[in-house]
Amino acid sequence: MTLKEISVRNLLRRRGKAAFVLAGLIIGVSTVVAIYSFVEAMTDDINHKLEKYGANILIVPRTENLTLSYGGLSLGGVSFEMEEIREADLTQVNSIKNYKNVAALGPLVLGVLQVEEHRVLMAGVDFEAAGILKPWWRIQGSAPDGDGVIIGAEAARILNLSVGNRFRAQDRFLEVSGVLQPTGSQDDHLLFARLDTAQALFKKEGKVSMAEVAALCKDCPIDEMVKQISEVLPGAKVMAIQQVVKGRMETLAQFKKFSFGISGVILLIGSLVVLVTMMGSVRERTDEIGIFRAIGFRKRHIMNIVFLEAGIVSGLAGIIGYFLGWGATQTALRFFSESHGGALALDVELAAAAFLIALLVGLLSSAYPAFMAARLDPNDALRAL
Amino acid sequence: MSFVVAENLVKRYGSGDATVAAIDDVSFQLHAGEFVGIMGESGAGKSTLLAMLGAMNRPTSGRLWVDGIDVYALGQEQRADFRREFLGFVFQSFHLVPYLTVIENVMLPLAIVKAGRKQKRAMAEEALAQVGLVDKAHRLPNQISGGESERVAVARSIVNEPPILLADEPTGNLDTKTSREIMELLQRLNAAGMTVIMVTHSPDCAGYAQRLLRVSDGKLVEEEILVKSSASSPQLAVV
Repeated sequence: MTLKEISVRNLLRRRGKAAFVLAGLIIGVSTVVAIYSFVEAMTDDINHKLEKYGANILIVPRTENLTLSYGGLSLGGVSFEMEEIREADLTQVNSIKNYKNVAALGPLVLGVLQVEEHRVLMAGVDFEAAGILKPWWRIQGSAPDGDGVIIGAEAARILNLSVGNRFRAQDRFLEVSGVLQPTGSQDDHLLFARLDTAQALFKKEGKVSMAEVAALCKDCPIDEMVKQISEVLPGAKVMAIQQVVKGRMETLAQFKKFSFGISGVILLIGSLVVLVTMMGSVRERTDEIGIFRAIGFRKRHIMNIVFLEAGIVSGLAGIIGYFLGWGATQTALRFFSESHGGALALDVELAAAAFLIALLVGLLSSAYPAFMAARLDPNDALRAL
Repeated sequence: MSFVVAENLVKRYGSGDATVAAIDDVSFQLHAGEFVGIMGESGAGKSTLLAMLGAMNRPTSGRLWVDGIDVYALGQEQRADFRREFLGFVFQSFHLVPYLTVIENVMLPLAIVKAGRKQKRAMAEEALAQVGLVDKAHRLPNQISGGESERVAVARSIVNEPPILLADEPTGNLDTKTSREIMELLQRLNAAGMTVIMVTHSPDCAGYAQRLLRVSDGKLVEEEILVKSSASSPQLAVV
């Protein structure tokens, strides 16, 4: 006979109470696991979706001039005084520590074209990267080849061009392969050609005006990536588009805060269930505790018995709670997540955390009942004496 | 030298005008191996006195010495150790742990003793053999009779071989035949060298004691040395 055996026998005898404590903790732990897993999965999901909002880092030539434009109103052509970036230098971005977080790198060369009586800004872009950087683009027609261009909706209206039209620019004939549907951005006023086509038109072979980067920043701070790119491109100025980054992070932070708040409340309720049930159990066992004390059990022996009972039930609740929470998340993701589709891997760290949280909640909630049990005076407990 | 020395024990409850003296200046001495009965009417203070002797009820004043140890000079936890080492308790209402089998109940005091499982089991079986219940070792308390429950309680109180056995109305819930069996069992334990201190209000049970302390209104009013006319039919006689 050991203290552990006494605890196990008591749990088996008071199955109803043990089951109640178990259920309370399982509900708490499984809810926390489900919420945490769901939040993590949805964070991934949201991150993937947020990445689709385009570039969050800009690489521009270094300049000592200040920008003289605001809200689309430009008051000076300072940008023409800039040095351009060498296209070959951009490959250095692939050597940074967090290069795996670079979803797309889009070089951009800018220049002004004279189309009949209109001056139009043309951007040479990498259309493959543009698919990631500008996912909101809807093109009527197709992506351009050698002499093809995509024309912004407003530019198409002003220049009176549509798909299949040819026009003369500089010394070449270009063909409209697609018209960009209105985006509500500056893109509506631009012509877009392939990077090499634009470089040839503006005689800027091997040079780019700027580059846009879409960074997947769930696992890395964007400021860190900016620093890493700056180090490999010392001649360029690298900036995070703070509004986009902060917006993303704030959305996720709010989502997490809310979820963890709910988890905390549920754990608190679970711990109260344990506390109340264990207190009831201690009161029920006054005589028994009196006997233990009368035959020489110390206070710590009594506390050990209560803690062992709480520990056994809590540990079990941690294990069952993890798997229940995991199952609930699997089910929920089928309905709420596009990318996961219900395939959620077992997370050993989360399982260990669930086990430890359950133990912690169970033991902490049992501390007061254990203390009360140990404090019982054997003489008062055994009214027979 | 006396084994148990009670010195001016006083136990008062309440305060001011409402103060009640449950034990009022009680002094006596017991020798090792004695069988002592404490008699008195209900509310006389005999159970309070037994609890004080059992290191479970601190006196308002006075001292208790057992084997040279000033019991109430010990801390609460040390008194728990003292109880484990020196005392065995037999309660009127048995107080068996209902979810443990007979042998597990007997092994209860050994749960906090450093000994191997086999050794503990052997000790419990030996105690059960002394009370004649080896064959019912694996029954639960609700599967045995009242007399058997009391014998289990006795086995539990002697399993770690304490020098003193404290019994509070050990036959209070038993019929005459079973009461006699229990008393004979206590007598055998006493004969084997154990000091037995028993509270009872039954003259028949008191007849098994060698010495009788009469308590009334918390005071020790009479002390009697008893002789028995025969082993099988004990009778009270004042020497």
